[in-house]
Amino acid sequence: MPKKITEALDRLSSKKTIKYGVYLTAVAIFFALILLPPILGIIIKWDTMQQVLNQPQLMTQALNAIENSFAVALLVSALDVATGIPMAWLITRGKSKWLNVLDTLSDIPFIVPTAALGYSLFLFWSDPSGISSLFGNTLVSPGWLLIILLHFTFSYPVVVRVVVGALLDYKMEYEKASRTLGAPPLTASRTVTLSILKPSLIAAFILAFSRSISETGATMMVAGVFENGPVFIQNMKDNFLAGEVSQATYEGSIVFASFILIAVSCTIFALIRILGPRLKLPIKRVWPTFERKLSYSKASTSRNSITLLIFFAIILIPSLFVALPAFEAISTDTLPQSLSGAGVWGEYWQSLILSYSLGAVVTVLNIIIGLPMAIIVARRKFGTLPSAILDVLVNIPLIVPSIALGVSLAIFWKQNFAFIPEIWLLIFAHLAITYPYFVRSMSAAVERISLDLEEASRTLGAKPLGVFRTIILPLTKYSILSGAIMVFTRSVSETGATLAVATNLQTAPVVLVNWVKQKVAVTPLEIGLGCGFLILFSFIILLALRLIIRGKGRY
Amino acid sequence: MPEVRLVNVTKKFGKITAVDNVSLHIHDKEYFALLGPSGCGKTTLLRLIAGLIQPDKGEIYIGDKLVNDVPPEDRDIGFVFQTFALFPHMNAWNNVIYGPRVKGFDMEKAETIGHEVFEMVKLHERLDAFPSELSGGMMQRIAVARALAAGAKLLLLDEPLGQLDAKVRNELRYDIKKMVRDLGLTAIHVTHDQSEAMAISDRIAVIKKGKVLQVGTPQELYMNPESVFVAHFIGESNFLEGYVSSTSSKGAVVELRGETKVQTDDKSAKIGERVILAVRPETFIVEKGLKSGKNSFLGEIERVTFEGTNIRYEIRLENQDLIVIIKPSLTEEWFNTGEKVTVSFPPERTHVFAYPKAGLREEIAVE
Repeated sequence: MPKKITEALDRLSSKKTIKYGVYLTAVAIFFALILLPPILGIIIKWDTMQQVLNQPQLMTQALNAIENSFAVALLVSALDVATGIPMAWLITRGKSKWLNVLDTLSDIPFIVPTAALGYSLFLFWSDPSGISSLFGNTLVSPGWLLIILLHFTFSYPVVVRVVVGALLDYKMEYEKASRTLGAPPLTASRTVTLSILKPSLIAAFILAFSRSISETGATMMVAGVFENGPVFIQNMKDNFLAGEVSQATYEGSIVFASFILIAVSCTIFALIRILGPRLKLPIKRVWPTFERKLSYSKASTSRNSITLLIFFAIILIPSLFVALPAFEAISTDTLPQSLSGAGVWGEYWQSLILSYSLGAVVTVLNIIIGLPMAIIVARRKFGTLPSAILDVLVNIPLIVPSIALGVSLAIFWKQNFAFIPEIWLLIFAHLAITYPYFVRSMSAAVERISLDLEEASRTLGAKPLGVFRTIILPLTKYSILSGAIMVFTRSVSETGATLAVATNLQTAPVVLVNWVKQKVAVTPLEIGLGCGFLILFSFIILLALRLIIRGKGRY
Repeated sequence: MPEVRLVNVTKKFGKITAVDNVSLHIHDKEYFALLGPSGCGKTTLLRLIAGLIQPDKGEIYIGDKLVNDVPPEDRDIGFVFQTFALFPHMNAWNNVIYGPRVKGFDMEKAETIGHEVFEMVKLHERLDAFPSELSGGMMQRIAVARALAAGAKLLLLDEPLGQLDAKVRNELRYDIKKMVRDLGLTAIHVTHDQSEAMAISDRIAVIKKGKVLQVGTPQELYMNPESVFVAHFIGESNFLEGYVSSTSSKGAVVELRGETKVQTDDKSAKIGERVILAVRPETFIVEKGLKSGKNSFLGEIERVTFEGTNIRYEIRLENQDLIVIIKPSLTEEWFNTGEKVTVSFPPERTHVFAYPKAGLREEIAVE
């Protein structure tokens, strides 16, 4: 930027009206585009709920589906935390140089778009070509068990990432103090380290939980006849499109299901927030002899072996299993057909381009409107209480199931602003879903920068925008990049909200879900190759971004 | 008996040798200080004794037992950290009885010990306070109480007073020393503050770049430093450079810059050897006017600083060397800036060292 313009902008930023104008705009956009539309969407159609209340059978079906959602989410998040902690421990505390590789591998299910992941797991556990071939019949049929395996797989890396980060930031002095006071390693980590890291463990649990509650695309692929909340909403939409239910019943049931999902999610998160800090880990009891035995080499070797076994057998290999049909497709004429864009492939390539362009647009928008919000939250720009309230509100889209969010967003925009093109609805929906991820990670990054640095810069003559340009931006640029990676991957994977708001436009995960559900006539090789391309391109983009931030920061 | 012996202990971190072939013997019930500038390896040495890190070479004994492979929890030690390391999720009471609890003592015994140590650190009224509600001094008292409650006979203190205010620091160091004495413990105290080490220790090991330079009582180190570094680091010294011009039964005569000759009582220096002469600032005699005599120099007062108990003079000698002299402020006559004076010192109060290979500045550098 030419120097004169920068200087002029710097001078402008000194003016309180301009400075607060920028912050207020960011807050206004947050309320107008992200927070209020989903809430208003439900309020607008509040009356339609009567339809469900009048049909006991439908209500039971909806309530059962929602109950299933929460049961699966609670179970999966508990499993994630229980198995993710030993993995994070191994990654951060182990001594082997291979742990770096393990660290990277543990991110793989995170970067495989969930729709492809769902298909991969379906192939591995249920299809005759997968592990079932060893047993002669289907090992895991589509249904609740496969859903649990799937949710476990995609939320596991989130937990590992959060706990690894927490363990790296943790002051080892506490654990060492505990050892010098006579505690064997296991007792020290249980009574001191894990207790101090409790907030991070709760955060990991919440993230895994909300991922499980929200996920739609992959879940639909492996659900069979099993219904959870998102699958129920999608099934109602399908039934409506097929003319099996009336518009009123359809609207009523999705508003009902969305409302209950949102209300229960919010209640659960509020409870976790209130009760979490009071939750006491059992640290008063110790079993010196027993814990000592469990602390030393034999026990820790077997713990590490079980951790690795779970990771490779349940997480990694099933996640990548889709690569097999993709490779097989390369040697057949499926590959040339796909590249020529013939048949179903024309639609596929269009959807892929849409997915990545959407991801890019949403990422840029997040940076523009998310950065000021992150600074407001991190630096308490509007005073302690209002900033703290904003801090909580920012999280709301994270805990609302994405299909419910999409449904209410669609109602709000289509009802009031019918002229808005569908592509904008997609952008708004993806923005709402990814916004908390970006603001969260950026506000944490800004908080890590000592206020002294900013003040030093001010005393040396920098204007507010100058401080941002010369101090905040250079020190957080890798966090911005890693925040952008999170937003991008989340947007490319997103299926639930996309299905809810779009009727004409199809993103890649939506196309793949339709293929797997056999709504379009395709061969297994074609599905495999479709998933393969999605993984390949996502992987290349992420690898490129990761190379840029290599060694400079973690995400 | 918690005596501690280190035999040829070496610890490297990558290319840096933090502890270089160190051998030490710390006696039972001794208050021992590891003293040195930051980054000299003293904390590494303490962590090796605690078992928080393992040596690359050498043996560490606590009592008669070789402890190289013994984990920290089985070494029967108490460790006090510079950052206190009080568990933030437990109140003062639970911090203190953590040791007895994880060692599997029955609760009644653990509570008795808890009350005893709280009595000792005089913080009974703050049992329920969490670390975040305590001042730095209180936190460190609780940290000491916690280390004592575990029943250890060997107390390891890593810069325990480093983060406290000067007044609190002075008070707490005598309290700790008294507790160690009353309980009959052995204590190893790491510090970079020589006055702290001198005030509380029975013996001190001066460490530089991973090596032990000298071990001795505070008096021994002050009166008979064995190296330029120790003469510089313990107390204060004036360093004068010169050559040995002659030797006799009285000792070597050293010729300083400007052909001034000085008689020392050093009998080991050889004629022609390049040496450093170290003289403590308080050993000089200062007289008004220009007077001649043995080991006398003429000079002019360049700066006078009033320090309370003492007055500090910086004096430029005729040969252009600058020396520092300290005199009690109440009992001696004062001099003014610009005044011409004669300074002298007795031969037995000088220390003669071979000129360091790396040069004087490098030798006494603390960073």
